[in-house]
Amino acid sequence: MSDTFKPRDENEIVEAVAWAASGGKKLELIGQGSKRALGRAAQYDTTLDVSGLSGVVLYEPEELVFSAKAGTPIAEVEKVLAANRQEFAFEPMDLGPILGGKPGEGTLGGMLAVNFSGPRRIKAGASRDHTLGVKCVSGRGEIFKAGGRVVKNVTGYDLPKLMAGSFGTLAVMTEITLKVLPAAEDVESVLALGLSDARAVEAMALAMGSACDVSGAAHFPQAIAAKLPVKAVAGGNSSVMAFRLEGIAPSIAYRRGKLEAMLKSFGSLAVLKADESRTFWRAVRDAVPFSGKTANALWRLSVTPTSGAKIGGAIASATGAQMFFDWAGGLIWVEMPGENPHEQAVRSAINGEGHALLVRATPSVRASANVFGVLDEGLGKVIRGVKEGFDPKGVLNPGRMYAGL
Amino acid sequence: MSLVMPELDRGVLGRRAEIVAALRRIVPGEGVIDSATEMKPYESDGLTAYRALPMVVVLPETVEQVSQVLRYCYDQKIKVVPRGAGTSLSGGSLPLEDAVLLGMAKFNRVLEIDYANRVAVVQPGVTNLGVTKAVEHEGFYYAPDPSSQIACSIGGNVAENSGGVHCLKYGLTMNNVLGVEMVLITGEVLRIGGKHLDADGYDLLSVIIGSEGLLGVVTEVTVRILKKPETARAVLLGFPTSEAAGDCVAKIIGAGIIPGGMEMMDKPAIAAAEAFVQAGYPLDVEALLIVELDGPEAECNHLLERVSDIAKSCGATTLRVSNSEEERIKFWAGRKAAFPAVGRISPDYYCMDGTIPRGKLPLVLARMRELSEHYKLRVANVFHAGDGNLHPLILYDANETDELERAEKFGADILKLCVEVGGVLTGEHGVGVEKRDLMPTMFNETDLAQQQRLKCAFDAEGLLNPGKVFPKLHRCAELGRMHIHAGKVPFPDLPRF
Ligand SMILES: Cc1cc2nc3c(=O)[nH]c(=O)nc-3n(C[C@H](O)[C@H](O)[C@H](O)COP(=O)(O)OP(=O)(O)OC[C@H]3O[C@@H](n4cnc5c(N)ncnc54)[C@H](O)[C@@H]3O)c2cc1C
Repeated sequence: MSDTFKPRDENEIVEAVAWAASGGKKLELIGQGSKRALGRAAQYDTTLDVSGLSGVVLYEPEELVFSAKAGTPIAEVEKVLAANRQEFAFEPMDLGPILGGKPGEGTLGGMLAVNFSGPRRIKAGASRDHTLGVKCVSGRGEIFKAGGRVVKNVTGYDLPKLMAGSFGTLAVMTEITLKVLPAAEDVESVLALGLSDARAVEAMALAMGSACDVSGAAHFPQAIAAKLPVKAVAGGNSSVMAFRLEGIAPSIAYRRGKLEAMLKSFGSLAVLKADESRTFWRAVRDAVPFSGKTANALWRLSVTPTSGAKIGGAIASATGAQMFFDWAGGLIWVEMPGENPHEQAVRSAINGEGHALLVRATPSVRASANVFGVLDEGLGKVIRGVKEGFDPKGVLNPGRMYAGL
Repeated sequence: MSLVMPELDRGVLGRRAEIVAALRRIVPGEGVIDSATEMKPYESDGLTAYRALPMVVVLPETVEQVSQVLRYCYDQKIKVVPRGAGTSLSGGSLPLEDAVLLGMAKFNRVLEIDYANRVAVVQPGVTNLGVTKAVEHEGFYYAPDPSSQIACSIGGNVAENSGGVHCLKYGLTMNNVLGVEMVLITGEVLRIGGKHLDADGYDLLSVIIGSEGLLGVVTEVTVRILKKPETARAVLLGFPTSEAAGDCVAKIIGAGIIPGGMEMMDKPAIAAAEAFVQAGYPLDVEALLIVELDGPEAECNHLLERVSDIAKSCGATTLRVSNSEEERIKFWAGRKAAFPAVGRISPDYYCMDGTIPRGKLPLVLARMRELSEHYKLRVANVFHAGDGNLHPLILYDANETDELERAEKFGADILKLCVEVGGVLTGEHGVGVEKRDLMPTMFNETDLAQQQRLKCAFDAEGLLNPGKVFPKLHRCAELGRMHIHAGKVPFPDLPRF
C-alpha cells in the first residue's frame, strides 16, 4: 500500500511534485478515487489526493461561467448549478455504477481528466468543448494557467482542452473554469420498438439529419433494454430505440409530431414524459445496464455512427458480447461475457476507424492489455513529445494511459 | 508598434536560387513563384499595416508535395509560413523575408459529403462559405460563419479557431471540426480524429485548432454539418444607454434563452451602417441589439415574445420583429457590413478583437470613450454581445503622420483593459504579430514557456511561422531543462494516510 499525500493548496502540490521529480518517484493522482479502476494498472510510489482542493471559486449564472477548485465534488457542483436551473450541457458520466463503486462520486478534475460525456454529446459537445480555463501544476513542479473565463478566446494554445481526456498524465489541475448552460425547461422522448441494430442506426441517422434537434439518440437490443430502470421499457420484450427532445413545451410537441411521422415506417412508437425521460437518459449516460456484472470486461467504443451496427455485430459474433448504442450509433458500450476483454476482436472490428477504451477489466488484465489501444507511430511520437513537455520525468500517472507514457 | 521579427537567416537568403530550384523539382510549373511582382499579392494579409515580401511562394497541389516541401525546409533549416486566403486580421500569414510562403489555395476540393454521418471532408483551401454551398441543396450548412466567409479558407479557420455571429448557439471552429490531416515540419503526415467523436491519445485537435500555423500544415479537414433550422426570426432592439442594452442581454440569458445570434452596435457603428446599407436602424438610440431566434416556428414565436417582454422591461425604445425573410436579412445587412461601413467614414480603420465578461461592457465602453478623447481618435463598436467578444473599430488616417501609431497604442490600451476586467486579448482573430508583444499582459513566463513546450512536440526547430504568437521563441533544449530545488523531507506537514 503506497502512502497518500493530501495537499491543502497548490503550493503543497508543487512541493509534492518537485519531491517526486527530484527523487524519481511516481505519483498516482486521485480526486475521490471514483475512477481509480479505469486505465492501465501501473505501480506508483505515492498517491496524491487532490480532493483537499475544493470549493467554488466563481459562479456568474448570467455570464454562463463557473470556476471551482479541481477537487470539488461533482455532486456539489451540480447542486449549485441546478439551483440556478443551469447545468453542464455535456452531461458528465457517473462511472460509479459500472466500476462497482457508489453512484454520485467524483470530482471536477476527474471529470475533465476522463472526458466521458453523456448522450447530449452529439448536440452539445464533450466536456472539452465547455472547458474555458485551467490552473495546473505541471510535472515540472511549476504552476501555470491557460485559457480564461470567457467563451471566445484564441489567446495562445487551448491547453485547457488538451487536459480533457489526458487522465492526469500531463499536469495536476488545481482549478477549472467551465461554460455552463441553462437546463432545458422540458424534455420528452420518442421510442421506436422492435428494431434490429442495423435498422435502428439507419433511423438514428435520419433523425439526426432532420431539423428535429434531437439531443439524444440511443438504441438498446432487447436483452439490454430489459435492464433499463424505466418501467415502460423494461417490461416489454423488444429492442428500444429512443430519441430525446428538449426545450420549451410547444417546440417539443411540434418536433415530436415530426419525428413520429418520420419513424412511422420503422416500428411501433411510444413516448416517455419528462420524469421517465430523465431517468432513462441518466441510465444511458451511466451505462446502467452494464453495472450488474462488474467482473466482466467492458469497452467504450467511439466510431463512425453509421458503422456502429456493423462493428457491433462483428464483435458480438466473435465474442458473444452484449452491447448498446448511444450517439446515434457512434458510441457503443460492449460488455464481454467474462473477464477476457477479447482485445483483438474489438480492435480488428474497428479497424482503425475509431477509438476503443477498455473501461472495466480485472487488475491483471489491465496490467497487460492495451487499455487505450496502440498509438500509430507518427501520432505516438507527438504524444510522447507532449508528455515530455509537461512531465519530463514521468512523475504524473505514468503508465496509466500507455506503457512508458 | 515597432515590430521586431526574427533575425534574417543570411545563409538561407544567400542560397535562394538553389532553394527555388529545389522547390521547383518538388512542385513543378507555376506552383513556385519567385519574382517580386508576382509575389506582391502575398506581401500582407488582412492586417495591412504590415508588409513583407516572402523569399519564395510555393503553391502545392498534393499532400505528397506539401510533405516533400516541408521535409526539404526541415533538412535545410528554412522557415515556413503557411497561408490560406490571407484574410487574417492579426498578421498570422504575414510573410517573412527569409521564409517559404506555403499557400494552400490549390487545395480547394470538397472531398466527401456524408449526410448520414453529418460530416463533410474538405481540403483546407475550400472557403468557409464553400462548405455550406456544397451541402445547402440538401438543407445542410456549416455553422461557424465569420464575416469574411466568402473569402477565408477552412484551413485558416482551423488555424485561427474562427467564429461568427452564430457561435453563441452553435460553437466556434473548435466545436465543429472532428478531424484533420496535418503534415509536420518533418514531412510526416498525421491523421487526427475523423468521423468519430473521441479519438486515441491526447486531444491534439484542441491545440491544433487555433494554433496559427505554428504546429503543422493542415491538408484535410473533417467538419460537422448541420441541418438548417426551419425558421429564423430576428428582432431589432434600440436602447437609450449601453447599460440598458447590456442588462437586456444578461436578462435574456438569465431567462435560459440562448439565441442563435445576439449582436450589439454602438451609436457610431449604427450611424455608419445605416448610412451605408439603409437597414432601417433607429438613429436616436445609444445601443442597438439584433437578437435572432431559430428553430421550429412555434419555438421562435414563443421565444420572441419572451425576448420582447424582457427588452421592454429593460427600457427598449425601439422594438421591431422581422416579419419576412427579406426583413430579417435586412436587419443583419447593417451588422454584416459594419466593417466596410466604417471604412466609408474614415480613410482607415483598425479592428480590435478582445473578449470581456459581458457584465463589464458599460465600464469598458466608458473607459474606451476616455481613451478615444485621449488619443483624439474616433471609435465605433460592434460586439458579439452574447459571448462578450468586442470589436472596437478605431478610425484613423494613415496619411496623417502619427495617426497609425496612435491607433495602435489606443488598440493596445483597449486590449489591456479587456485583460484587466477579466477578459482576453483576442476572441477570434488570433495573436499573430499584432498581439504577440501583449501576451505577457495575460500570461507570465511560466505560462508562456509551457505553451512553447507544446510547440516543441510538433516543431522542435521552431521553423513553422516564427515571429508569431510568442514574444520570444525559446529554444526547445533550453525549455526542457528543469530546475528543481526540493527533495529533502517529503513534505513533513502534509496530512498523510
Ligand atoms: C472583413 C473581414 C472580416 C472578418 N470577420 C471575421 C469574423 O467574423 N470572425 C473571425 O473569426 N474572423 C474574421 N476575420 C478574420 C479572418 O477571416 C479569419 O481569421 C480566417 O479564418 C482566416 O482565414 P484565411 O484562410 O484567410 O487564413 P490566412 O489569413 O491565410 O491565415 C491565417 C493563419 O492560418 C494559418 N494557416 C492558413 N492555412 C493553414 C493551413 N492549411 N495549415 C496550417 N495553418 C494555416 C496561417 O499561417 C495564419 O497563421 C475577418 C477578416 C476580414 C478581413
